[in-house]
Amino acid sequence: MNIPLYLWLIPVLPFAGFLINGLLGSRLPKALVSTVALAFPLASFAVVLRAASLAWPGSSSIALPYVENFAGSWINAGPLHIDFTFALDQLTLVMLLVITGVGFLIHIYSVGYMAHEEGYWRYFAYLNLFLFFMTVLVLAENYLLMFVGWEGVGLASYLLIGFYFDKKSAADAGRKAFVVNRIGDVGFLLGMFLLLSNFGSLSFGKVGGILALHPTEQGGILTAIALCLVLGACGKSAQIPLYVWLPDAMEGPTPVSALIHAATMVTAGVYMIARTHGIFDRSPFALAVVAIIGAATALFAATIGLVQTDIKRVLAYSTISQLGYMFLGCGVAAYSAAVFHLMTHAFFKALLFLAAGSVIHGLGGEQNLLRMGGLRKKLPVTFWTMTAGVFAIAGFFPFAGFFSKDAILYDAFEHGTIGKALYFVGLVTALLTSFYMFRLWYLAFFGESRAEAHAGADQGSSHSTLHTSHSEPHESPWSMLTPLVILALLSIAGGWIGIERFGNFLAPAVGPVIDPVLEPGGKSLEIALGGVAVAVALLGWFIAHLFYGSKNKRAENLAASLPAVHNALVKKYGIDELYHAAIVQPLTLGARYFLGWIGEGVIIRGSAWLLAGIATLLGEFLRRWQSGNLRSYSAWLAAGAAALLIFAAYLTWMVR
Amino acid sequence: MPFDQVPSSWYLILSAALFTLGVVGFLIKRTLITVFMSIELMLNAVNLSFVTFAHEWHAVKGQIFVFFVMMVAAAEAAVGLAIIIAIFRARATLNVDQIDLMKL
Repeated sequence: MNIPLYLWLIPVLPFAGFLINGLLGSRLPKALVSTVALAFPLASFAVVLRAASLAWPGSSSIALPYVENFAGSWINAGPLHIDFTFALDQLTLVMLLVITGVGFLIHIYSVGYMAHEEGYWRYFAYLNLFLFFMTVLVLAENYLLMFVGWEGVGLASYLLIGFYFDKKSAADAGRKAFVVNRIGDVGFLLGMFLLLSNFGSLSFGKVGGILALHPTEQGGILTAIALCLVLGACGKSAQIPLYVWLPDAMEGPTPVSALIHAATMVTAGVYMIARTHGIFDRSPFALAVVAIIGAATALFAATIGLVQTDIKRVLAYSTISQLGYMFLGCGVAAYSAAVFHLMTHAFFKALLFLAAGSVIHGLGGEQNLLRMGGLRKKLPVTFWTMTAGVFAIAGFFPFAGFFSKDAILYDAFEHGTIGKALYFVGLVTALLTSFYMFRLWYLAFFGESRAEAHAGADQGSSHSTLHTSHSEPHESPWSMLTPLVILALLSIAGGWIGIERFGNFLAPAVGPVIDPVLEPGGKSLEIALGGVAVAVALLGWFIAHLFYGSKNKRAENLAASLPAVHNALVKKYGIDELYHAAIVQPLTLGARYFLGWIGEGVIIRGSAWLLAGIATLLGEFLRRWQSGNLRSYSAWLAAGAAALLIFAAYLTWMVR
Repeated sequence: MPFDQVPSSWYLILSAALFTLGVVGFLIKRTLITVFMSIELMLNAVNLSFVTFAHEWHAVKGQIFVFFVMMVAAAEAAVGLAIIIAIFRARATLNVDQIDLMKL
């Protein structure tokens, strides 16, 4: 039996919030705006919880996947049929719980964080709009509807990155994110066209069914489709080579970074690969590409994260690195491990961003780690919750990050020869992750306050100008601390479900989990690898402690002794500059000179001039007829009548 | 030759000749009165062809049309002559090439 789940309500409720706040928000009182902004996501979360309770394994009142057609047919063109259809399976359920749950917490947090901002209502309208598109993305039962959500979250992301649109860097960052994502979207679109021409359908279910009918089909067109989709996923999930937009996206308000650019939207690429795993499973080459992209990105971003001084940028590179982990998991066909890491990462990275936001809020907009320090006593709740986040991301037992990272590393280790290399890269990344997170932790919360030491050079954020007058750091209001505490608890306990149970739950949606218990010697290998991971995390902590635990010059000395390396890291390997010189510059120059001269000058202006010349000449000739002399008009009239008569006579006598 | 034995085509040729005279007069004459008379001539040429066709086809419609045309022409003559007198009073001329105040 199937009880209706009202899946359509899940996106529509936040959309209603968006409409109310977006259309009327500027005239509503602030309290009402926040009530609307919180009530609709909460209602949406409630619908998700109801669906989850009905679909929970054991309750068996709903058979998953549950498909709901909510608005009939969308496109009916010849053999192409696309419907407005939502589907709920285990993967979607996990995503929905993360999106609406963490999303709701971040909404609460935003009420406190954005309290003194201009455009309060605009912010919440965008945030609700984001939830609408994100839920559409994960609920969609076909690629095209998923693409609608995919583009929509891009739009919401663009609007929120550019929230402080009067600041040039924010507006530029928004545009950069949008354009870079479009490059990935080309891949997604091409993948869809290939799917359509080879499968004749864009429905996940139908494509899966056709794949099941040809169990031996491998590679070839499936590799092409998978690689196109990977390009799309790289754009959305900020992987090499399209990762450049995510660090700049930190120009947006911090809760936005937490929700969109850490917990939910950027994981859409991972979700997409897990969702289409049927295609990836048939293409070992595409899987290897995903794994290598993931491993390379994880390591690459982690190295940049080592030297960043902006607290949000450290977290941004850390996000890219962790997304690389998820790609690595997908690439070794450990989709449930990747989704597990996606979930725990959503908890602890949202927590880290929100705690960073609380620090920034407490310091009146200060984002530079070098000007923080000694905040442990002044922001105690922020400190303790952040500590939970740091331990979780560094992978300490029994925090959430340990379990999911361990699962990915284990699955990579088991994945043949290439897997061993991937495992090693993952391990080095874990070391770097642990190091830069503890570096952040020490710089922000320990030692003496360096607020005055570096004062002067202005590198602040746009946050809350009202706060700059406070010189004393202050703890954030309860509306910000409550989500922090909840997320801290989730960051501690979120992994306790364990990969076996989580994987078995997800198995119908993403394929069976690689279960260490079933492998020969698997359990002891898993424990050994877990021990290595914790040891590496401890090593990272130890190194960070050496450098930043007490007042010393070790970090500066190391940087001075390796100037080339340090420079490369601080300059982020110059990738932005490289892209600028290799892609942006030729395009702008080409647009200005080639298109400007040939296209604009010759073709467009030339054709306009030609038309204008013809019209002028014709006018010169015709205007002689319109002399204003009535008699000449009547003479032409008579001549015309005579011509008609002659023609009639011709018809009468000659043509006969 | 009895009236009935004159062929219809003769009347039509006469009508065409009268009409052409009217057109030519309309085009070449400068005096407003003559132009006006040319228009009347064209109307009556058309009347003649109406009557001819009515006679030829034994249809009374053509004759009714003639009455209409005569009526309208009479009304038009009254109005037109009044305008001509008014123009002459105002401008002291009836040369159409000089009555051009409305032109740009």
